[in-house]
Amino acid sequence: MLNKYPLWKNLLVVFITLFGFIYAIPNLYPDDPAVQITAAKAGVETGQNVADTALQALQQAGVVVKGDELANKSALIRFPDAEAQIRAQSVVKDALQTRFPGQYVVALNLAPTTPDWLRSLGASPMKLGLDLRGGVHFLMEVDMDRALDTRIGNTVGAMRERFREEGVFAKLLRKAADAPVIEMTFASAEKAEQARTILRKEYRDFLIEESTVGDDIQLKLTFTEQALRDIQDYAVDQNLTSIRNRVNELGVSEPVVARQGINRIVIQLPGVQDTAEAKRTIGKAANLEFRMVDWEHDIMNVTRPPVGTEIHTVRNSPRQVLLKKENIVTGENVIDARPNYDQNGQPMVSVTLDNAGGKRMLRTTTAHVKDSMAVLFIESKPETREIIENGQKTFKTVTRDFKEAISVATIQGAFGSNFQITGLDSYDEAKELALLMRAGALAAPMYFVEERTVGPSLGAQNIEAGLKSLVVGFVLVMGFMVVYYKLFGVLANLALLMNVLLLVACMSLIPGATLSLPGMAGIVLTVGMAVDANVLIFERIKEELRNGVSPQMAIHSGYDRAFLTILDANITTLLVGLILFALGSGPVKGFAVTLSLGILTSMFTAIVGTRAIVNLIYGGRTVKKLSV
Amino acid sequence: MKTLNFRFMKYRKLLGGLSILLVLGSIVSLSTQFLALGLDFTGGTQIEVEYSKPADLEAVRGVLKQSPYASATVQHFGRSEEVLVRVPPIEGEDKDKVGDNVVTLLQQLDPEVKKKRVEFVGPQVGEELRDKSGLALLIAMGMMLIYITLRFQFKFALSGVVALFHDVIITLGFFSVFRLQFDLTAMAAILAVIGYSLNDTIVVFDRVRENFRKMRAGTPEEIIDGSLNQTLSRTLMTSFTTLLVVFALAALGGELIFGFAIALIVGIGVGTYSSIYVASNLLLVQNISREDFLEKAEVVDDMP
Repeated sequence: MLNKYPLWKNLLVVFITLFGFIYAIPNLYPDDPAVQITAAKAGVETGQNVADTALQALQQAGVVVKGDELANKSALIRFPDAEAQIRAQSVVKDALQTRFPGQYVVALNLAPTTPDWLRSLGASPMKLGLDLRGGVHFLMEVDMDRALDTRIGNTVGAMRERFREEGVFAKLLRKAADAPVIEMTFASAEKAEQARTILRKEYRDFLIEESTVGDDIQLKLTFTEQALRDIQDYAVDQNLTSIRNRVNELGVSEPVVARQGINRIVIQLPGVQDTAEAKRTIGKAANLEFRMVDWEHDIMNVTRPPVGTEIHTVRNSPRQVLLKKENIVTGENVIDARPNYDQNGQPMVSVTLDNAGGKRMLRTTTAHVKDSMAVLFIESKPETREIIENGQKTFKTVTRDFKEAISVATIQGAFGSNFQITGLDSYDEAKELALLMRAGALAAPMYFVEERTVGPSLGAQNIEAGLKSLVVGFVLVMGFMVVYYKLFGVLANLALLMNVLLLVACMSLIPGATLSLPGMAGIVLTVGMAVDANVLIFERIKEELRNGVSPQMAIHSGYDRAFLTILDANITTLLVGLILFALGSGPVKGFAVTLSLGILTSMFTAIVGTRAIVNLIYGGRTVKKLSV
Repeated sequence: MKTLNFRFMKYRKLLGGLSILLVLGSIVSLSTQFLALGLDFTGGTQIEVEYSKPADLEAVRGVLKQSPYASATVQHFGRSEEVLVRVPPIEGEDKDKVGDNVVTLLQQLDPEVKKKRVEFVGPQVGEELRDKSGLALLIAMGMMLIYITLRFQFKFALSGVVALFHDVIITLGFFSVFRLQFDLTAMAAILAVIGYSLNDTIVVFDRVRENFRKMRAGTPEEIIDGSLNQTLSRTLMTSFTTLLVVFALAALGGELIFGFAIALIVGIGVGTYSSIYVASNLLLVQNISREDFLEKAEVVDDMP
């Protein structure tokens, strides 16, 4: 028994150690908290004069600056800590707003300090979770019931029109009171059959159920499974896009906006402390409806709204308007709305609708030139109530609507997908209206179901506590291993160091892996458990030696026979890691990742890594005694 | 070092009885007062703030009494300068603004106060997390049962899973009796304990199986004792190094990780003990014998 590794195995160990070193080193260069100044208009460079204005303001406010640079068309100012960074953001924002109103965006950022040669190899530090870095985590839920309701409402309007065009007269066509169902009744079987033909051809999203009510034939339309899924996906995706836009307005670097599960959206804003503002900007759950102002009645002459109309208030005005209940298009059809000036320099909002919306708008406006149209803004606010369900108390969140007209304007001529709303008092008003309209483009209302805010000082404390326990745990375990296993203990410790190195390197390399506080705990736990493999091997070697086997043979069979046990024992922990990953939200997922990765890297370092060194020391010669 | 020869199984009845008592005690405590569930599972809001000097809890309570958050609980968190306010789930529109509102109230009382952490969990999310955690526990146990059945035979699988159940129940019982806050990280620790405890049990079982096949002489009790002695130094070494780091976590890791560390300390302690006195003990209870390890001889029916 020679116990020699072939050259390639030794090279593999050397190579992997080197790899670990290179990709773990960037963690010694933590990112600087910084603020980034970029021009609001794309393509415009941020000049030295802007940076100077910012630096001057910071000096006056007594904020310590670590450095500044101009790069990638923007200015970056670095700070020694996160608290200075947050103060700086508001100072710089104010200063730039006074000198260059509306021209620059000031965002929190992290500036890398990793040396260039490492960065050119793609090495960067681990991403820190919000619990270590400070910031806000939101979880929002899309109100699917409402998304379906809106969809049904829109469909009913369109259907009625199609039937009219085809000369199919329904006695009744409406949305059922409290379910996403469309009900329609026809006086004759012939009419019903005509309706069915249209429905089958043009409304494939529905299942049709026919029944007879008295002399009438009733059709009940419910969504197909596929349609329900599509609507859900569409609503969540649309909201995702809107929220991304809103988050960008907040000026945060590396925000996370992602779908979670069927109907939730997770939002992470590193560094953000003003949660109230963030929530206001993100949480604006709103919708829009374009409706005709009733042209048959004057609101001054009615005491009660006539059939098919509603009375609504007008934003920022004591006026009220009488609106038709049916909408022409909704926020779902709005692709874009932005403030602008017309040829005469008057403020206006340019609106773009999608194809379907444009067609309906054209049809309506052609028939109603010189009548008025209103934009109704609907804000949904969630309310949680305790209800008794199946004898158990549970909470249910329902949304309530607050509606007001944000614009009432006369139709000057027929228009379709592109039109302007003019007659606004100021550019600010145009800006607000456009913002509201864009906000209203959400497909379904959303509400917050979870919020976690961690202050920057707590983040720093958590890092310190995690590191301290890691170092202390490490030193204790290493000391113990040397005392108990002597030279072999030193080898196990080398493997342990290499293990942490590899673990850190993997965490830094894997995109999307973030280090959280439980993740750090996972690393600490790995340190304690990783020596297990070596303990198993060393105990086997000792045992073989006791049985009178030669040292070389003892090494060989020790590694050999312990291998299966190690594998067996580690698979259970890996299985648990998998379950944890599936269960976990944020931080717990971090624990699952470090624990599982740690098991994998420790198998390599404890078995292959130590064996390489053992072979170097003892391999290929006669050995009388092992220091184990 | 010479071979250990400790007669573990001599005390198996006594310690088996102790295990049964501990499990029953834990079940009683869990069914009467359950767990002191943390925010992750109950929903609600929790606000951690830091004062520049030791905080006056009575003043804080007084302010909150006058507010819509009269049901809030106020306590020190770690140090006397730090205060944790917990507000149970409330109804109405502003449920997600409780954190901001409470911070504002406290800042009116003392402008120096600093917000360290605000957590709001909606009641549905908490409920879901409770269900998911229970399910995760069951799935973990089920997977372990399948895994040991595949690797060993059923007698081992049953003993191993009962030992797991024993460890999980006693660790949960510990949290219940001492009213320790049970949150999502503690739950993660319990799952880690499942992996760890089984790891330990498998190493012992591996040796038991090897010895039953190898040793011609000796009663099952002697074989199991022998196997336990052979694996004892490994079991103690690994538990010891793991406990070293977990104690470091408990002492230095801060309040947020404390529950996690405690769950691991208790779980690892109990898990080490259970590999010996629950898992191995149960092998004997099931009358494990050399026949269980013989290659199955085929019997072919030779009747026409």
